[in-house]
Amino acid sequence: MRGLLLGILISCLAGVAQAGIVTFEFESEEQRQRFYQLGNELRCPKCQNQNIADSDAPIAEDLRNEVFRLLSEGHDNREIIDYMVMRYGDFVRYRPAFNAQTAALWLAPGVFLFGAIGILVFMLIRRRGNDIAADQSQLSEAEQQQLQKLLK
Amino acid sequence: MRRLLLLLPLVVFLLMAVFLFKGLFLDNENLPSALIGKPFPEFDLASVEDPERRYTREDLLGRPALVNVWATWCVACRVEHPVLNKLAEQGVVIHGVNYKDDLESARRWLRDLHDPYVLNIFDDRGRLGLDLGVYGAPETYLIDARGIVRHKVVGVVDEKLWTRELAARYQALLDEVEP
Repeated sequence: MRGLLLGILISCLAGVAQAGIVTFEFESEEQRQRFYQLGNELRCPKCQNQNIADSDAPIAEDLRNEVFRLLSEGHDNREIIDYMVMRYGDFVRYRPAFNAQTAALWLAPGVFLFGAIGILVFMLIRRRGNDIAADQSQLSEAEQQQLQKLLK
Repeated sequence: MRRLLLLLPLVVFLLMAVFLFKGLFLDNENLPSALIGKPFPEFDLASVEDPERRYTREDLLGRPALVNVWATWCVACRVEHPVLNKLAEQGVVIHGVNYKDDLESARRWLRDLHDPYVLNIFDDRGRLGLDLGVYGAPETYLIDARGIVRHKVVGVVDEKLWTRELAARYQALLDEVEP
């Protein structure tokens, strides 16, 4: 019963997610896949935190139609994205191209990750150094006896 | 050295605060146009007044002009319209691109609210709009005499914006033509 309800709920959600793009008739499954892929990758210029597949804004609809038209004309994904970038700028790409302006964006995560690993390694090495130092500072026989006396 | 390390969280906090504070005042509604410095796109569209009359890019050349993308469904365009009327009266060349609109409403609008445009281009399917990278009316493009896009304004052109962003640029383009 529970599984059934969950299934119904999920299929409802799927219906909502696809609502904007059900009217196209694709020549092939591969073309359909590419349409979804491009729809997810292109950003709606008006509603800035949605891609054009998700958005109901008129401009997103226009861009979807345009993507469909270009696909039908046999353009490849790269050409379609370039076409959009030429008109709307780098902004329309959710996966921005690597250039001088976006270098920091692409490289920062790696820099942070390796920085963190570096700090971790440094700390571990230092801690081991401390442990060795502690070993060397062991008490002498006389000090040991003194300590026992104090502890009693 | 250890003492200084204790200051690190404060430094990180201050850095973040600076960026976030700057972010408060970022205007991310206005995207930079990809078309600045590039030629105005080619088009072949009918005029609003007469479906038989076709306009192309050639018709825009010869003198600097504003190209204003508008529509009757666009509320902000109504606010902008009187300003355009005034600018046209002062001799500024403005072309209108009626964007994804109903022809009858567009004609009525121009009749009732006055027509500030030299050319009235009817872009009913939004093809020119797409080539221009229009994502919301009104948008206004400043083009030079050779048809190169030199500046773009997204949103209402009011008098403040005209003096701040457009007037000097337009004048400079005029001076380019006749030094």
